[in-house]
Amino acid sequence: MRLAGDSGDGMQLLGTQLTNTSALAGNDVATFPDFPAEIRAPRGTRAGVSGFQVQFAKEEIFTPGDTLDALVVMNPAALVTNIQDLRKGGILIANEDGFTDKDFKLAKVDANPLEATVINDSYRLIKVPMTQLTRTAVSEHGLSPKIADRCKNFFAMGLVYWLFGRSLDPTLRFIDNKFGKKPDVASANVAALRAGWAFGETTEAFGESYQVEAAELTPGTYRNIMGNQALAWGLVAASKLSKKDLFYGTYPITPASDILHELTKHKNFGVRTFQAEDEISAMCATIGAAFGGTMAVTASSGPGIALKAEAMGLGMMLELPMVVVNVQRGGPSTGLPTKTEQSDLLQAMFGRNGESPIPVIAPRSPADCFDMAIEAWRIATECMVPVMLLSDGYIANGSEPWKIPTLDSLPQIEIQHPVDSNDGEPFLPYLRDENMGRPWAIPGTEGLMHRVGGLEKEHQTGNVSYDPANHQLMTETRAAKVAKIADRIPEQEVYGETSGDLLVVSWGGTYGACLTAVRRCQEAGHRVSHAHLRYLNPMPRNLGDLLKSFDRVLVPELNMGQLRMLLRSAYLVDCIGYNKVQGKPFAVSELIEQIEALVPAAVAV
Amino acid sequence: MSLPVLKAADFASDQDVRWCPGCGDYSILAQMKKVLPELGVPREKIVFISGIGCSSRFPYYMNTYGMHSIHGRAPTFATGLKSTRPDLMVWVITGDGDALSIGGNHFIHVLRRNLDINIVLFNNRIYGLTKGQYSPTSTEGQVTKSTPMGSIDHPLSPLSVALAAEATFVARSLDAHVKHLGEVLKRASQHKGTSLVEVYQNCNVFNDGAMAYAQEKKQRADNVVELEHGKPLVFGKDNEKAIRLVGTHLEIVNRNDVPDDDLLIHDEKDPNPSIQMMLARMRYPEMPEPIGILRDVDNVSTYDEQINAQVDLAKQTRGEGDLEKLFHAGDTWVVG
Repeated sequence: MRLAGDSGDGMQLLGTQLTNTSALAGNDVATFPDFPAEIRAPRGTRAGVSGFQVQFAKEEIFTPGDTLDALVVMNPAALVTNIQDLRKGGILIANEDGFTDKDFKLAKVDANPLEATVINDSYRLIKVPMTQLTRTAVSEHGLSPKIADRCKNFFAMGLVYWLFGRSLDPTLRFIDNKFGKKPDVASANVAALRAGWAFGETTEAFGESYQVEAAELTPGTYRNIMGNQALAWGLVAASKLSKKDLFYGTYPITPASDILHELTKHKNFGVRTFQAEDEISAMCATIGAAFGGTMAVTASSGPGIALKAEAMGLGMMLELPMVVVNVQRGGPSTGLPTKTEQSDLLQAMFGRNGESPIPVIAPRSPADCFDMAIEAWRIATECMVPVMLLSDGYIANGSEPWKIPTLDSLPQIEIQHPVDSNDGEPFLPYLRDENMGRPWAIPGTEGLMHRVGGLEKEHQTGNVSYDPANHQLMTETRAAKVAKIADRIPEQEVYGETSGDLLVVSWGGTYGACLTAVRRCQEAGHRVSHAHLRYLNPMPRNLGDLLKSFDRVLVPELNMGQLRMLLRSAYLVDCIGYNKVQGKPFAVSELIEQIEALVPAAVAV
Repeated sequence: MSLPVLKAADFASDQDVRWCPGCGDYSILAQMKKVLPELGVPREKIVFISGIGCSSRFPYYMNTYGMHSIHGRAPTFATGLKSTRPDLMVWVITGDGDALSIGGNHFIHVLRRNLDINIVLFNNRIYGLTKGQYSPTSTEGQVTKSTPMGSIDHPLSPLSVALAAEATFVARSLDAHVKHLGEVLKRASQHKGTSLVEVYQNCNVFNDGAMAYAQEKKQRADNVVELEHGKPLVFGKDNEKAIRLVGTHLEIVNRNDVPDDDLLIHDEKDPNPSIQMMLARMRYPEMPEPIGILRDVDNVSTYDEQINAQVDLAKQTRGEGDLEKLFHAGDTWVVG
């Protein structure tokens, strides 16, 4: 279902609460918050519509769903911008009080859409005077009408909870935590919530409520988690696992800022957050902290990563471990700050001057951000290199149930700093170990004083060198170091057979949609499999053979074909692209359509 | 255990120094090597960080830890390093182009944060490494490779910028006045907070003699006033001239004409930077230019101190971070 209203209507809060409550009821959940870049676009206009889509199910799900079974709209702008996603016969709940002549003008609609025949014929429309009912419900709490009207999202919430048989308890606890210090606001919100529930139960408009039973997930303790939160927790965990304090240097940017907000809450883990004066400073401070022996991380989104490029190149040249997170958004330039896209893959691969390869990995879902953050730091320390972690707005703001790991199931990250061997030999800061990493000798260590810099280094000694053969050697060494990581990462997994008519190859946040589409096509009898890449540089060592085992390869991406270009050049395999850049995730149905167009007719199962 | 006594030579790295013969940088390097042994800080606890430019080759020549970074950004590397390793003594070596042009933003912000580091800004009023373009401190009308008809930019003074950015230690010295330079560097190292030392440095290839009025001994007496805390600002061959504050401006007076009580007494400790700003704005040839410590204010918290204090406080009040507790905080549910 989707909840849509004005930016200030509290739709994101409503959505988050419904998600948590559904997760606590044991459903599998997947969410898609969708909001404008403007904090408060003009009230009531189409530009100001903020939406939150959530799918909850009794079976395992991987996307927030293509079409809506239910839609809640707070005003005409929300209705006209969202109605096309509601399935025929779906439930449409409208806040009747938000549909006045003034609202029609703001939304640029000629007449009341709630009276339109097409709306009434196509959907189960339920008109609820939410503003009036909320005002009545909270009247005893002595709030101004303006404040009282802000409670109407809780009324809507109560109504939705009734419709799906949800418990009010988690939200009552939330209200107590959030508004505990303002008892009048807290009790007004509780009153609105209960009034919404009661309205659902007493009115005859609905007729029935729906029960969505608990999903069958792997046994364990679960919580609901958002991508950016999972990423931040993964970084904190990685710092603990490697016995290092965490330094996080960053500059605010959508949609990465929530990582900063989360990390700065955890100073008691030894986390130091630095809000820099600009993106460049954030990157360079991260390198400075890495030089000092700290776990150093920076994060941004595309435009900020562009600014960090020169410094990232230095980090690669200095061969110091650090993690650079890019929570991608729609580009180019300022692009679509609050919308999702996967168009920074080539920037991650090549967006620095000179030959400057760095490892690139990408989480596939909100919860996977936790594991991949740890993996990024593991790779960085193992071979002394900055690692790019490519998240995106869709998984950063989306949420799903996360099976809380036991601490002993997490990888240990061993880090050793060299000490003076006192053998009279000079210290060699660019001597290589078995992973081709160099020693992480940190200031304060007696006898290991050395200088690093962006000028080409002499092999082993690290002194400045303009020697032609040395430059060739060092360039090849830095590239080989990254390429060799392929020996130590898992082979590419395949969902389905390892050969067949079609292999769908995806990466990043499109995992859920691609997997769901492939599953449905397999169920329909198609010989199609799915390979989802979490490691993009280097790619898994078996990937080339895998691609060649299928008649055709389809690469759906939220860009114009960036992974496809990499696959073609690395493996000389012709890949077919399906490319969408609309700021929106893939719908499962459009992927199925693409797959079906590429495979022979289904064999009977 | 007593610390081994180090000499200047102990701070020399094994790399050949590659500045042009006659460059003012040699003198600054020599003074740095002379001063460091006097500080009692072991070599491995010292880090030199530089940007890009002639001056920025400096770290390669010091037998300490060092980083030759990218253009203009040295203060930011220092911020990451010092915030996480407050035990280290961090020096930033920069130039007029590096600190004031491409790195202007970071220069301001490191000063306002009052990170406990020392910045030595080699000011030769020219781009040397790129072979002679004008810099943000080049004078109006200055003819350079990129300004054949004369520079039309108004120059800025690093000292004024630093004071405006709430710097707590602001000083100037001369590469040619080695004793003075050594003393100023030492004072900078002792200050808690960001210390900015501007050094007039002669580029004998692209801007030779640009600051000869201050550098040359014969001219220096009339064109430079050496600041001393608590003392009047006197200058001239026979200390016959002084500075007086009249209303909101400074003027040169003849000491014979004015009683000593009327002269401006230098106060580097004054938290109000107004008069220090007037000193920073004294420019040749209208006024003598000040060298020495313009400002040295204590008791301002440093960034590195505060960022670590917050971590300590969080640990004290909430206990050492526990992953298990973090993961299970809030709503959870059990399956199976």
